[in-house]
Amino acid sequence: MSELLHTPLFERHSSIDARFVDFGGWQLPVQFVSIVDEHRAVRNSAGVFDVSHMGRFDVSGSGAHEFLQGRLSNDLDRIGPGEAQYTLLTNEAGGVVDDLIAYRRADDTYLLVVNAANREVDLGSLGDIVADHSDDSGMLAVQGPEALSRLGIEIERLHWREDEVLGVSCLIAGTGYTGEQGCELICASGDLVTLWEAIVSRGVKPCGLGARDTLRLEVCYPLHGQDISDERDPYSAGLGWAVASTKTFTGSDALAAARERGPHEKLVAFVMREKGIPRAGMSLVNRGTVTSGAYSPSLDVGIGLAYVPVGDAETGQEIVVDIRGRHRRGLIVDMPIYRSPKEH
Amino acid sequence: MSETYPDDLRYNKEHDWARLSEDEATLGITWHAQDALGEVVHFEPPQVGSEISTGESYGEIESVKAVSDLISPLSGEILEVNGSVADAPELINAKPYESGWLVRIRMSDPTEIDALLDAKTYEAWVADQ
Repeated sequence: MSELLHTPLFERHSSIDARFVDFGGWQLPVQFVSIVDEHRAVRNSAGVFDVSHMGRFDVSGSGAHEFLQGRLSNDLDRIGPGEAQYTLLTNEAGGVVDDLIAYRRADDTYLLVVNAANREVDLGSLGDIVADHSDDSGMLAVQGPEALSRLGIEIERLHWREDEVLGVSCLIAGTGYTGEQGCELICASGDLVTLWEAIVSRGVKPCGLGARDTLRLEVCYPLHGQDISDERDPYSAGLGWAVASTKTFTGSDALAAARERGPHEKLVAFVMREKGIPRAGMSLVNRGTVTSGAYSPSLDVGIGLAYVPVGDAETGQEIVVDIRGRHRRGLIVDMPIYRSPKEH
Repeated sequence: MSETYPDDLRYNKEHDWARLSEDEATLGITWHAQDALGEVVHFEPPQVGSEISTGESYGEIESVKAVSDLISPLSGEILEVNGSVADAPELINAKPYESGWLVRIRMSDPTEIDALLDAKTYEAWVADQ
């Protein structure tokens, strides 16, 4: 067992008694005081997450654009410098190796932000063209309807620019994984503690991974390693919108065939109608598997994502979750499970 | 509330308490247990009338992130389940020794009480963990 990794904020988080969890080889705060309070702060006002564990790769040089077009599923010709795109790194079989955000800096210069647990796999898959800047930079997500106003900045969704935030030089991106307005900020690792302190002093609540998971699950954003994986194609997960059918890339042949065939199973969202909290790995009695499950602080009920046979995937269909031997009923609902009234 | 372990209760090392009254006992989880779990969002109670045994699970409580077995400090028959906690599990966090109690039992072997810890011993044991 290798030693757990820490972000530059670890000492600070430890000093205020945050609770930690092991996540993808990293020791990260799961909560500062209360998952439910942190969740509600992001839904109602603003919260800040240390997401420095995520991988940050520069891909640049002549041919970088063509290289990434041949490796990533979404079409980078749809974005220009200053814009960002959700995309997938797929294998030859069409399985999802990782999901990531590509930020276009210039014609042939990109920043990729990838999942922490997949950093090494992605580096191996993409090869020497990638410069890994994960360790010399830090990253915060500031999310919630008041996130941007508390920082005194504006940024459009899926756009980015370089600018100062509260006196710290940052890349400001209109991205996030909570279903709320807000931004993600990348700065030099040496500036991370200063930036964190400045943001918290604006009344933005420190939030841990626990709230990050319940927030993303309520809006049905998939978590790689649970809801999507290298053994499932993007169509099963409802991510066909991130797969360009007009270009050739690793796995595009397999994905064209998969699209033609149609998925056997589909990722659906469900809400419990009886007591009990569904969890990842639980079986559905009527065929299927829960890939994410939690208590929803916004709805005060158990919610989840599950793969079910396509014929059983209709909204309104009843599902039955095997919760440690107890059969508890739920209903398939439209995604997202929760929609922020402030986000359209 | 802050960390407390009332003197009139007995404890096991799985962080459950028992309040004794003649041949009956009320059971719940300690301040330390609810603090470690975080907000309790579900209580899965046993059936009234069922038999529970010392050291074995008699129910479950779930926080946002995790599920925990409730390990009974005593053996006996379930006489009553706290319905208020089933409807409002946050009572377990707010008042773990009062309105956040979980079940009331009739003890089948009161000699088991001797194996439980008193408040000072339990508190010292928690501090060592």
